[in-house]
Amino acid sequence: MVPITTFHYLVVAAALFVLGVIGVLTRRNVVVVLMSIELILNAVNLNLVAFSRMWGNLHGQVFSIFITVDAAAEAAAGLGILIAFFRNKETINVDEIDLLKW
Amino acid sequence: MNPAMNSALNSTNSAMAPVATPSFFYALAALALISGFLVITRRNVVHSALALIVTLLSVAGLYLMLYAPFVAGVQIIVYAGGIMVLFLFVIMLVNIERSYNDRRFSSLWPVGLGAACALLALFVFAFAKGRALFPDRLMPLSEAANTQQIATMLYGDAGKAGQYTFVFEIASLLLLVAILGAVVMTKKKI
Repeated sequence: MVPITTFHYLVVAAALFVLGVIGVLTRRNVVVVLMSIELILNAVNLNLVAFSRMWGNLHGQVFSIFITVDAAAEAAAGLGILIAFFRNKETINVDEIDLLKW
Repeated sequence: MNPAMNSALNSTNSAMAPVATPSFFYALAALALISGFLVITRRNVVHSALALIVTLLSVAGLYLMLYAPFVAGVQIIVYAGGIMVLFLFVIMLVNIERSYNDRRFSSLWPVGLGAACALLALFVFAFAKGRALFPDRLMPLSEAANTQQIATMLYGDAGKAGQYTFVFEIASLLLLVAILGAVVMTKKKI
């Protein structure tokens, strides 16, 4: 079998990233959109850890921990917005969140 | 890197080599991608959340294969344990019965899918052209001292601030702001 290289991890991460982008762009449910953003952040994390292995130092892993912190903050703020919005408009569809559109 | 650490690394590598087989990588990657696909296609949001947990766990397995046990642990504890519980709470709070019979995909889904396919083509192009940028070497990383080395970078060593100490403090400030923001937005009356 071919040994696993950095490139393999990059391909997996790119596929995960594209799956997340598809979810963000096509789904109507805000919760699923937020989960797709988590998929995207995970793909980035996987890239960083793979590069950390490629270069033999830990900077990539430290960065991926900071991105995890970001993901937690983003999830808390996003879900807070979602609850506030659901209380006002009784919907969690992206299509109906258009107050700022004209 | 000092020679003692190198020899320790080599012994770790030789001991770890049989575990990290290529077939293991392919299984984890396939699991991550299949459950990632389920996340964006399931009608029931709870099923999406459960599939996302499977994705997070298999990505944690990939971290272990990359000799990053601390990041794998953070992934399981913070993502699968913390963030996903937050998601499930919110799914239970908002009314999912109402959206259950709705259309899953937005009316503009072909445009979104096309844009994502363009992004995929860009990735394929960049990876095919820039293959030489990613050398095949995999440097040895010590798995035993991983957590300690990350702690040295985050907190510093022997009274000196580490390389990322300031960033680490800023991250705690960011979390505080996120907590306050979530409380302020969720409360009915301040």
